[in-house]
Amino acid sequence: MQTLLILLAGVLFAAGVYLVLRRNLLRMIFGLVLLSNAVNLLVFSMGRVARLAPPLVPEGAMAPVGAVANPLPQALVLTAIVIGFGLVSFALVLAYRSFVTLGTVETDAFEDEPAPAPRDTAPTVAPPLSLPTTNGAASHPELSAR
Amino acid sequence: MLTALLISFVVALAAPAVHRVLGDRASWVLAALPLGLFATFAARIPAVSAEGAVTQVVPWVPSFGVNLSFYLDGLSLLFVLLITGLGALIVVYAGAYLKGHRDLGRFYLALLLFMSAMLGLVLSSNLIALFVFWELTSFASYLLIGFKHEDEDSRRSALQALLVTGGGGLALLGGLILLGIAGGGTFELTEIMANGEAVRAHALYPALFALIAVGCFTKSAQFPFHFWLPNAMAAPTPVSAYLHSATMVKAGIYLLMRLDATLGGTALWVGTLATAGAITMLLGAVWALRQTDLKKVLAYSTVTALGTLTLLVGLSFEASIKAAVVFLLVHALYKGALFLIAGSVDHETGTRDVLALGGLRRAMPVTGVAAALAGLSMAGLPPLFGFVGKELTYKAKLGFDAADVLLPGAAVLANALTVAAAGVLVLRPFFGSMRATPKPPHETPPAMWLGPLVLAAAGLLFGLFPALLPATLVGNAVTATLGYTIEIKLALWYGLGAALYLSVLTVAVGVLTYWQWDRVRGALARLDGLTRFGPERGYERLLEGTLAFADWQTRLLQNGSLRGYLVWLLGLVVVLPGAALVLRHDGFAVATAWDEILPHEWALAGLIIASALVTAGSRSRTLAVAALGVVGFSVALLFLGLGAPDLAMTQLLVETLIVVIILLVLRHLPTLRTERAEPGLSRWASGALALGAGTVVTLLGLAVVATPFDPSVAQFYAERSVPEGFGRNLVNVILVDFRALDTLGEITVLAVAALGAFVLVRAGAAPAFPTLDVDGSVILRTATRFLITLLFLTALFLLWRGHNEPGGGFIGGLVAAGAFALYLMAFGEAAMRRLLRVAPRDLLGVGLGIALLSGLFAVASNEAFMTGQWLSLKLGDGLEPLKLGTPLLFDIGVFLVVVGFTLTIVLALERAPGRTPGDRAQPAEEGA
Repeated sequence: MQTLLILLAGVLFAAGVYLVLRRNLLRMIFGLVLLSNAVNLLVFSMGRVARLAPPLVPEGAMAPVGAVANPLPQALVLTAIVIGFGLVSFALVLAYRSFVTLGTVETDAFEDEPAPAPRDTAPTVAPPLSLPTTNGAASHPELSAR
Repeated sequence: MLTALLISFVVALAAPAVHRVLGDRASWVLAALPLGLFATFAARIPAVSAEGAVTQVVPWVPSFGVNLSFYLDGLSLLFVLLITGLGALIVVYAGAYLKGHRDLGRFYLALLLFMSAMLGLVLSSNLIALFVFWELTSFASYLLIGFKHEDEDSRRSALQALLVTGGGGLALLGGLILLGIAGGGTFELTEIMANGEAVRAHALYPALFALIAVGCFTKSAQFPFHFWLPNAMAAPTPVSAYLHSATMVKAGIYLLMRLDATLGGTALWVGTLATAGAITMLLGAVWALRQTDLKKVLAYSTVTALGTLTLLVGLSFEASIKAAVVFLLVHALYKGALFLIAGSVDHETGTRDVLALGGLRRAMPVTGVAAALAGLSMAGLPPLFGFVGKELTYKAKLGFDAADVLLPGAAVLANALTVAAAGVLVLRPFFGSMRATPKPPHETPPAMWLGPLVLAAAGLLFGLFPALLPATLVGNAVTATLGYTIEIKLALWYGLGAALYLSVLTVAVGVLTYWQWDRVRGALARLDGLTRFGPERGYERLLEGTLAFADWQTRLLQNGSLRGYLVWLLGLVVVLPGAALVLRHDGFAVATAWDEILPHEWALAGLIIASALVTAGSRSRTLAVAALGVVGFSVALLFLGLGAPDLAMTQLLVETLIVVIILLVLRHLPTLRTERAEPGLSRWASGALALGAGTVVTLLGLAVVATPFDPSVAQFYAERSVPEGFGRNLVNVILVDFRALDTLGEITVLAVAALGAFVLVRAGAAPAFPTLDVDGSVILRTATRFLITLLFLTALFLLWRGHNEPGGGFIGGLVAAGAFALYLMAFGEAAMRRLLRVAPRDLLGVGLGIALLSGLFAVASNEAFMTGQWLSLKLGDGLEPLKLGTPLLFDIGVFLVVVGFTLTIVLALERAPGRTPGDRAQPAEEGA
């Protein structure tokens, strides 16, 4: 069962990655959901799964009776599911906003500013200063700030 | 000594305020600081002579071995007096030179900051503390060189000086750390000096010497790092006089002298320092004669002097050290004076071009006298102190057996050229006939001739009566450098000897050169092309290259394409763990019992895979969303079958709400049918990357489960959940009690996401758009009326029982949120808001507040934040006492945050303005 879960996680992960790399923002978000599910399954299976009873202590007892499922990965995954929910909701709102503002859901067409142009001769690097000038007439007027 | 330093720093910081209050008189008041320090330390001369050193240790970062250790011996005392004495004169001078400048307050601050840092440097006896002060001086120098920040030259020179000395500083740090290691694992200089033998013999010695040498060479402008010093002349003259002739550039020399006892005397030391020093000495001397700007001549002759000092320290025997100490003092006196005089000339006449100046002694008599005295000292003529210094350097070089004629020959040449330079600096401007200058010259105010006069007079005084110095300053400094005591005698006349003959020769050649200066200058001008291969071009190319590389690299990696970033990210996710697995893993066994898997589990697995593929490939939005839902629900069923009821419930509810939110957003987005087809290549590439990612993840998972499982953590929680957490649902107890802090972080994330989403939807919103058309059918509305109460009760019930049975704040909150969403669908927004009564965002705040509050009860009982506090309520006979605890309160907070989060987003999206008017609810059939 464990192996099957891990395989499933792999398949979901692959599908999720494929979608995340698509150009359409909506597909990207679907991919996020699949990725989230994949990782949840993966973490869950890390704690070793089997068809065991839920991690509950019977009434009156002080500790679980018999073999129960590992509670720790369940707590982690529960957190992950909720945070995944938050993430996907936020991403959806972001997609909405992108479409309204930028007019497109295709990530290729997103451009708020063009890439930086290749730098021209940087102002900090100029002809060497120590090269003696011909007439020494270029004495720096130090009092120019007055 | 720490007190003195602290006072110095404090006064430096207060300097702008003092300037604001006192105006023009501020310089005299501020000069009281260095003067006071001078007096204080001068009073220590007897103590240092008697005991050898005064130390003070203040712990700073003991675990790293870094302390503020101060060590006052002859060498540091000499430097301290130099720094403070000169400092006082410079402050006064600057007050008059820069009078009326709007940034004068800031100037004082930087100048005094520099002085304090320099003092810290020479007093420091902990290597790391020394380094800190070293870098501080570089920083102060940057501020001072770039003082005229509107001038591009100044900025560029300041940056160049900073980069060169800073780069050297980095090397120095490495060298100092290595020295600490080699010296026995300590950064205290006193301890390292006691281990001198071991250090010199250590395997790390060449490396640490090389690094420290680079640091000192950059600071003291030795070849090939000398080029920043002439460019630093862009600074105001007081700065040039103080930093770049007398103090900061001597810091490298100071460090070399300080370490001479420990590192010196080896072939590496002598060879490197002597060679570098000699080359620098000659280079500076020759190039000085190429210049016509007074300050540039002075800068290059400073380079010469620094080269001489390095050479002398490098030779590392008694006579050379004695010569070095004396020459240090000599140079500081005359160079400081000459720089200040150059500034005065510039200030009064408006030009620094030697060719345009002449006959100034008539207009500026006092300055002229100072200039004459300083110039004589520079030329090394008796009875000035400079003569004493020169004699000593000749004696040292003649006394050095190796390199027979080479050293004295080089020295004669360099000194002769220096004599010529002195002539250029003093004779041309001050003697001869008056020339027309931009401003008619007259004598400077006293504040400005005081400095040069004092310094030049000191040169005369010590020349006439050199016996004033030995025991006090020079002797102690030499002792300190050598590491053992020797007797020093200084005299003006040492008798006829080789040194004297050399001096005569020097003067003769020097006078000749000066007489032919114009021709010499012309000849040198023809060599200008050589600078194309010089170190400064190297520096520029390095800088340009680094910037170009940074540009290219940024354009490559940060190209603004989202998919590009994702490809990089995911590619690395595949490659790095994958490579690690393949290369470093020995293989693992995959134990599967395929026959144990039940049919329904196979069915679920198949369903998941099929739905995932449908989502990936579908061109219809609705189908994709539906498939997504199927994936989610199937996973939930899997969880259920594997003993995770909480997970199953959460997954079901979250999946439902995600679908709802997706649909709310889909209204606004264009259909998938209208998208452009992606090129096949990129689809294949994405597919390949996806396959790779999936494979790596699967392999990783299998590798992990193949390792033996350690159940100790699970057992920890299982055993403690009831006794300490008073809860029978292990998962819930972990979430709200054992790991409550993590859950607190989680709900904070939810709250922040909700607020962010809210702002995104509302930002710059158009006036309120008509809301979602409610066409809730009768069936929906009737059913909702029945269900809604049931749902709310269920939600509260789940919340209540979560601690002992499957349930909890998250699940309860999700059910409640779902219930509200249902009500919204059936009856519309206005009705839902009436039902809710409060704004969803308020729920976020209240929920977070309650969660935080629940943790504070523990603090009130003196336990760690979030520790569960419980009380038992007696319910009467026969009934179990009711246990109420802060985890329940926390769960309520979680509940509220989850509801608030969901509803904030749902409501915001529900009213969100579309792209075009009339763009309201698109029927679900369209775009399917």
